[in-house]
Amino acid sequence: MVDRYVMSIDQGTTSTRCILFDHRGRLVSVSQREHRQHFPRPGWVEHDAVEIWRNVQRIVPEALQSAGVDAGRIAAIGIANQRETTVLWDRRTGVPLGRAIVWQDTRTAPLVDALRDRPGDEFFLDRCGLPPSTYFSAPRIRWLFDHVEGLEQRARDGEVLFGTIESWLIWNLTGGIDGGLHITDPTNASRTMLVNIRTLTWDPELMDFFGVPRALLPEIRSSAESYGEARALLPGVRIAAALGDQQAALFGQTCFSPGEAKCTYGTGSFLLMNTGTDLVSSQHGLLTTVAYKIAGEPTVYALEGPMAVTGSLVQWFRDRLGLISTAPEIETLARTVEDNGGCYIVPAFSGLFAPHWRSDARGVVVGLTSYITKGHLARAVLEATAWQTREVVDAMNADSGLALRQLKVDGGMTSDNLLMQMLADVLDVPVVRPLVAETVSLGAAYAAGLAAGYWPDLEVLRRNWHRAAQWLPDMDPERRAWEYESWQRAVERSFGWVRLPEQPR
Amino acid sequence: MAGPVQSIERAAAILRLLAGGPRRLGLGEVASSLGLAKGTAHGILRTLQHVDFVEQDEATGKYQLGAALLHLGTSYLDVNELRSRSINWADALAARSGEAVRLGTPLEGKVLIVHHVFRPDDTLQTLDVGALLPLHASSLGKVLLAYGAAALDPLPPDGLEAYTRHTLVVREDLDRTLAEIRELGWGAEVQEMSMGDAGIAAPIRGHGGLVVGAIGLSGAVERICDTRGRPLPALIALLREAARAISRDLGAVRW
Repeated sequence: MVDRYVMSIDQGTTSTRCILFDHRGRLVSVSQREHRQHFPRPGWVEHDAVEIWRNVQRIVPEALQSAGVDAGRIAAIGIANQRETTVLWDRRTGVPLGRAIVWQDTRTAPLVDALRDRPGDEFFLDRCGLPPSTYFSAPRIRWLFDHVEGLEQRARDGEVLFGTIESWLIWNLTGGIDGGLHITDPTNASRTMLVNIRTLTWDPELMDFFGVPRALLPEIRSSAESYGEARALLPGVRIAAALGDQQAALFGQTCFSPGEAKCTYGTGSFLLMNTGTDLVSSQHGLLTTVAYKIAGEPTVYALEGPMAVTGSLVQWFRDRLGLISTAPEIETLARTVEDNGGCYIVPAFSGLFAPHWRSDARGVVVGLTSYITKGHLARAVLEATAWQTREVVDAMNADSGLALRQLKVDGGMTSDNLLMQMLADVLDVPVVRPLVAETVSLGAAYAAGLAAGYWPDLEVLRRNWHRAAQWLPDMDPERRAWEYESWQRAVERSFGWVRLPEQPR
Repeated sequence: MAGPVQSIERAAAILRLLAGGPRRLGLGEVASSLGLAKGTAHGILRTLQHVDFVEQDEATGKYQLGAALLHLGTSYLDVNELRSRSINWADALAARSGEAVRLGTPLEGKVLIVHHVFRPDDTLQTLDVGALLPLHASSLGKVLLAYGAAALDPLPPDGLEAYTRHTLVVREDLDRTLAEIRELGWGAEVQEMSMGDAGIAAPIRGHGGLVVGAIGLSGAVERICDTRGRPLPALIALLREAARAISRDLGAVRW
């Protein structure tokens, strides 16, 4: 029998990768391409959706070629995507109406502040499970309607389509202007602030509130189901899954039971805990979100703690400060010193996400003395990721009533051994890395393979999970407590820095 | 402070001489150009050859600058960068072989473990990153030695240390093994560091093909080797594939 593979396309914040996996969940080939980040104004972050689609058109054949197979050997395609990033495009021409507004973009801050004031967080939490934040898509659609002449009317006339990136890619893959499928899945749809978190349907009240017409919105399908066949790029191959990248990672880490949690360390970092078919409302600043929805089965929910700036702090250290030439060198630099020298960096570049949700916070470096070297700063950069994780884990423990017993980690930053040890130290639980670090891609592949019958059930997938590395806590409890308190004091100092309007005009 | 070391001054002069013209030079030309006795020039050239700063043409016996010297300024590769670039391939190798995978780089006459992937059977294992292995008794170390990425002290005071009765302690035996590794493109260690264990390793090359590290897999000798103590060809193939993939990623075009 000829081997068949499942293909995943992981459209992330900085790059897009295409990976083929075999039956045992092993990586067969990878192809990857970065796309440009546009920062037209402070706080604005944009991507060119056409560039992203073009990258997909390049990496898919590359991944096939490097595995030495053709499209006929692909059992199914699964898509994972950066979440909340908003694309609007012309239904007739297929051309995006402006650049995609990325999840990190904070241009909607004034609107979001107004919403938190009136009608207030409760109105939204009751319906979509999310507090108003610049993070989510609906405020962006509103912003576009308010700032692009004639756009709202065109949307009402049904000329415009909205999607997060998976919708944009599936629409293009399935024919684009020539009958492309305009669909999304509950993990993505539930991050728009337009979906009722219980029914997982577009909520008329929320649509009314943001002035978003139904014609703009994609159809919500399951996360794992055969949506249709690709017409472009891989003609005839089934597209069988779409998941937001973080939910894909939860799936790839096989966190299928309530209480199982993972954290993915990338540009931002995202800790998700499976809460089963129960909807848990957070009392401690976490998000209630959909973990996955397999066709014909009940929806599985999760609690999520997103941290906006973790890996991107390392990138900033590399690109803006120029203190290192590659991201992994941060570990080398950090190891030139024993500790942080009393220095802390709170990377509230676009406010703070979980568990604080403070859009008025901005980054601070505290504890500077003439003693501090770039080595101390490098340590403070890595520690910022560790302590942010600690805050989210504390919130997760409080909400779920369970104490996290180990943390499954994945993502690019897991190659940083010093950071992984710091995590074990500050969390005081073992940190484990699975054999396949590319869990986002793996999760999308798993969901697609499950829908396509390539894998029979979740148990088989669970058996594919293996531990590749483990870091054990090794920190004096008093020192841990003292450092945590210092971190928390640093965080307090980041609050309230932004004054509105941001600049006198 | 002590004055300049004469032999290093002479070595520098030889390197400048070889760098000065496009053509290779014979021993006599080098000696007479610098006013050195042939024996002296030969000794220095041999040493420079040993550290790959000089190469000798096999047919004519003439000397030219070595590849290692050309890459002296560009060969630096951060070990954390190496781990980051290798992690997917090391994972895949562990998944396919079912054995533990380690990456090593040279550090002060030893092998520094810079990356470790557990044997994927979910048994209790401890992360080895940061540990040091002996060059002559580990497959990672022998590969680094074979490709000039690391060098043994010229005269170990008590000979090479024996870890088991299979450890190569005689310099000539080791040199023969290193030549074999260069020929095969991989090296093995069969119960040379601890009884019951075996490992195989292959070079990781960076820009220009310079060896910057080694990747290896290791486990119980009966899983790594056949009944006659020879490493299994299937494992060697997987290992070399991973080493080549990482090398390509690091910019070594030909591998």
